[in-house]
Amino acid sequence: MNLILIAEQTLNGLQLGVMLFLLAAGLTLVFGIMNMVNLAHGALYMVGAYLTTYFYQATGSFLLAVPLGLAGTLVVGIVTELVALRTLYERDHLDQVLATFGLILFFNELIAILWGRAAIFSTIPPWLTGHVEFGVLRYPLYRLVIIGVGFAVAVLLWFVVARTRLGMLIRAGASNRAMVAALGVNIRLLYTVVFGFGAALAGLAGLLAGPIYSVQPGMGELILIQVFVVIVIGGIGSIRGAFAGALIVGMVDTLGRAFLKPTLATIISPTAAETAGPALASMLIYLLMAAVLAFRPEGLFPSRGS
Amino acid sequence: MRLRSWILAGLLLLLAAVPPAAAYLDAPFYIDLLRRVMIFGIAAISLNLILGYGGMVSFGHAAYLGIGAYAVGVLGYHGIHAGWIQWSVAIGASALVALAIGAISVRTSGIYFIMITLAFTQMLYYLGISVAEYGGDDGMRLKQRSEFDWISLNDEKAFYYLVLAILVFALVFVQRLVNSRFGLVLQAARSNEARTRAIGYSPYPYRLAAFVISGALCGLAGALLVNHTAYLTPEFMNWTRSGELMFMVILGGIATSAGPLLGAAALLLLEDVLQGWSLLPKEAVRDHWQLYLGVILVLVVLYARRGLAGLLPGGKNE
Repeated sequence: MNLILIAEQTLNGLQLGVMLFLLAAGLTLVFGIMNMVNLAHGALYMVGAYLTTYFYQATGSFLLAVPLGLAGTLVVGIVTELVALRTLYERDHLDQVLATFGLILFFNELIAILWGRAAIFSTIPPWLTGHVEFGVLRYPLYRLVIIGVGFAVAVLLWFVVARTRLGMLIRAGASNRAMVAALGVNIRLLYTVVFGFGAALAGLAGLLAGPIYSVQPGMGELILIQVFVVIVIGGIGSIRGAFAGALIVGMVDTLGRAFLKPTLATIISPTAAETAGPALASMLIYLLMAAVLAFRPEGLFPSRGS
Repeated sequence: MRLRSWILAGLLLLLAAVPPAAAYLDAPFYIDLLRRVMIFGIAAISLNLILGYGGMVSFGHAAYLGIGAYAVGVLGYHGIHAGWIQWSVAIGASALVALAIGAISVRTSGIYFIMITLAFTQMLYYLGISVAEYGGDDGMRLKQRSEFDWISLNDEKAFYYLVLAILVFALVFVQRLVNSRFGLVLQAARSNEARTRAIGYSPYPYRLAAFVISGALCGLAGALLVNHTAYLTPEFMNWTRSGELMFMVILGGIATSAGPLLGAAALLLLEDVLQGWSLLPKEAVRDHWQLYLGVILVLVVLYARRGLAGLLPGGKNE
């Protein structure tokens, strides 16, 4: 019985991990190439979740809603880049943080105006509901699909970055922007492409998250701060680091929440564990981050470029 | 004194004149509003020490507001109302936490520093939410304000003048600190770390000390804030609060003495105006003032880089 619970929670951790990875990949790419801190990345995740939910309700087809939601997020991301973020690339991090913080306020309120402040209901399409049986373990199909999509995106990303011309430009841009521009590459366009790419990944994470987390204004920031932890642990600018960091954080957070309280109860008194367990579990990933930083200030997989 | 110092002095005199003016206009609300402005002014001044003069972009300064507030609230919950105990614990605890967070985060720089300070504050925020005994995420009402022998904080005016006095102290303290040998090393490390090292100073202890002092001062602001609201909530540590504090510093003018106070005043008064503006349909504005605030924030960062203090006469460096 206990073993089943562990297996189930491990899968949950994996699912949270790939979700974090989808967000971390975009954020770390944007940071690695444009040297830009984009707090509004979480807002794009929220936009993705809202648009897909909206299109699903409007069209009644999940397969139609997914590309529409993704395209919508991509458009919102690119417009944001062209209007506001483009001028920020040359600025220092402080300006970037503040301006994108302003964008978060803007997007959260805009969503609240359009859909209200309460969480909206987002459903899993009927053909993705149900459970998959592994012997005695029953696991929701939808969560397995998320894990599958996450790993597929990871492979695809690796292929694009490591094996294609676009990936070559991305890597070159990360290590020396001026040189890439001097060689005749349209660096502005490259930036916009990378940003749009990151936005679409955030939108993908958002649309996958919709049915299992609550879709409401501010949903992006809750996960964004965990994504920061992922990136700091993995090493900023490194996709490999983002992947490893995301899985570690997803596992530690999920398993901590599930097993810390019962484990503590065997060591200290159950009543003390009742309060200390959840408190410690919610702090666990930050403590992990502190520990990683104490030993490896550059993260586990520092990017080789810069 | 230079012109800017006169303007600052004039501003403080204006603040001193608020309670009699509010009494005359029969509008005690203004005492409340401006006391809030001054408390956030103190917090922003403390942030400016590390953000403006030290070049450390802390995105987690609300943590110390929260710790100061929790020190007062938790001690009060256990029946200790003596102000000097509550406030010393608020300052001491903030300094200790700042030392722990700083010891890890000050070793890093740039984007790492931003993310780490944010993450640690988020950790404290979740800690506040999960401790059910002190209200959890609902927060809890303060049984009473801090007790002092020589002043009663229940007297709204007396409390106002106490906050004003602490504000003046904070202004003078930070101003003297940044112009001291310590402050000069701190500023040198901000403008060029390699050269600072070359002339024989290691920036780390200076930065860490500034980080701790800044945290302690912000903890005092937290103790004031919880007395002001008479309500303790983890929302004091919400990450948007940290963002607002940063915005106050930038809006007012980074690394200027009057800037943070101007920024706090501008932001909080703007919030107040946006929430009660009668020219626009009220519902649309009152509920969604953050929409306008977000746009204003982006515009300020993009186009008004020197902040409000940059509009005042006098050089950039005071």
